[in-house]
Amino acid sequence: MDVLTGNLTRLAAVNPDTDAEIIARWSRDSQFWRLAHTEPAWPVAPAYVKRKLDEDPIERPRFAIRTLTDDRLIGLIGLYTIFQAQREAFMGIQIGEREFWGKGYGTDALRVLLRYAFDELNLLRVSLSVLEGNERAARSYEKCGFCLEGRERHAWAYDGRRWDEIYMGLLREEWQALGKED
Amino acid sequence: MSYDLFTGNLVRLAALNAELDAEAIARWDVDSEYMRQLDSGPHLPNRAKKIREAIEKMQSEDPKTIELCVRSLVDDRLIGFVAFDEINWQHGDTFVAIGIGDSDYRGNGYGTDAMRVMLRFGFMELNLKRIQLDAFSYNERAIKSYLKAGFVMEGRQRGMLLRNGQRWDFVYMSVLRDEWLALNNEQRHWSES
Amino acid sequence: MLTEQLFEGKTIRLAPPDAERDAETISKWSHDPEYLRLLSADIAKPLSPFQVKKQYEEWEKDAEKHNAFNFAIRLKEDDRLLGFARLYRIEWTHATGSLQIGIGDRNDRGKGYGTEALRMLLRYAFDELNLYRLAAPTVEYNTGAIRFLERAGFVVEVRRRQAVQRDGRRWDAVMLGLLRDEWKREA
Repeated sequence: MDVLTGNLTRLAAVNPDTDAEIIARWSRDSQFWRLAHTEPAWPVAPAYVKRKLDEDPIERPRFAIRTLTDDRLIGLIGLYTIFQAQREAFMGIQIGEREFWGKGYGTDALRVLLRYAFDELNLLRVSLSVLEGNERAARSYEKCGFCLEGRERHAWAYDGRRWDEIYMGLLREEWQALGKED
Repeated sequence: MSYDLFTGNLVRLAALNAELDAEAIARWDVDSEYMRQLDSGPHLPNRAKKIREAIEKMQSEDPKTIELCVRSLVDDRLIGFVAFDEINWQHGDTFVAIGIGDSDYRGNGYGTDAMRVMLRFGFMELNLKRIQLDAFSYNERAIKSYLKAGFVMEGRQRGMLLRNGQRWDFVYMSVLRDEWLALNNEQRHWSES
Repeated sequence: MLTEQLFEGKTIRLAPPDAERDAETISKWSHDPEYLRLLSADIAKPLSPFQVKKQYEEWEKDAEKHNAFNFAIRLKEDDRLLGFARLYRIEWTHATGSLQIGIGDRNDRGKGYGTEALRMLLRYAFDELNLYRLAAPTVEYNTGAIRFLERAGFVVEVRRRQAVQRDGRRWDAVMLGLLRDEWKREA
């Protein structure tokens, strides 16, 4: 069993040479950007993306999400802010190709990452935060077993109003229990 | 949380101070008994300046290493060092190395106490699952001390060392968290898997 | 109102960090595991003055980018170092940031220095940097810090369940938040 392969997607190494252009194209979609990033939305050039990818330290596992059917790059997923002694990490996922929203690809990639986090990295906890209003993502996370853990009130400001940052967490024992139910 | 994580009965663990401690360490380096117990490489004394530079380089935050010095509680004298090396966070294990450089403090329980504090630090703060070490078979005093601290023999690499015309073994020992907890009556409320 | 001092308090002042002058003292504090474990979930380990200076160099890099503002807390009477106070992770387009305060020597705690430093830091954040909200992370077992922050108006917002393990027990990582409108100026 390949720990990095799911039912719809597989997690692969990001290839700065071939992937930078696609990732740069996603940045033209500001709605996507605002859901995926906290830095101000702005369109980036492939060269910039390539440079950023090359700078990525090896301790921050980041993967390309590719479809199993035609190996297409549809998004990115990874772990960051890993607390080594505490065995906790934050995760982030972004599906840049809109046509793959709401079709289970994100959830599939998520499951693969969680398996990697718990079975390979031996983490005890995976945490994440999601922007209020991103119902699709929150539902996906809940489906994978994440529990609501609170909100940072009015953490983000967009379009003249403020939005909460919702925090969710999944403990290894909870994830293992879910696995047994499947 | 009511005990002092860095303090034992005879010693305390502290940060190696490159400026203040390099001289003392350089003096130990000349002690061949100490060095041959510590190091398998050819015995060569090091100048204080090089030691200071080595300490500063290592202290520039290698996440796989934690090197501390051992100081006696009575007079705060620097008597040795203890270190976790090659910490593998993914698997929760590490190598530990210890050296009591001041010969006045060997064979009196200081090393055993320092090791006990370091193991406690590894299991209670770093949340590691396994701590291992290697020793030279001729270092009988150290091996006795490690056994007392809870280490268990795991294996030998026979005839790895040649010193004074005789072949000696590398001895491998380790202690697992559950064993250490049981030994120190700490299983009370361990709630992690 | 613009005449009121931002950095000079009644008993303490907020001063620029001085790694050269203070590295020994901070190194000493780092040998107190209780201090380190109350401060954060980071690995509690003693630091040498050299390591302290390296850490301050990192903090200074963020400060130069204006994503962070770091202060030393000094006793006005004799200019002694009491602790540190910092605002970091500042997101300017959202007007938010995080906050952390530490009083190094346990004998200096419970004397009101931390409370005064917090009051001044909040004034700086809301009245000078015009931030809208502040976050303060801590650990569940640090009930003193939680009370201390709640007195100034902070509210517990997030509990990352069992995120911290120490001595074989698991604790929640707790995050508190304060919005400018809730800030109790006089606290």
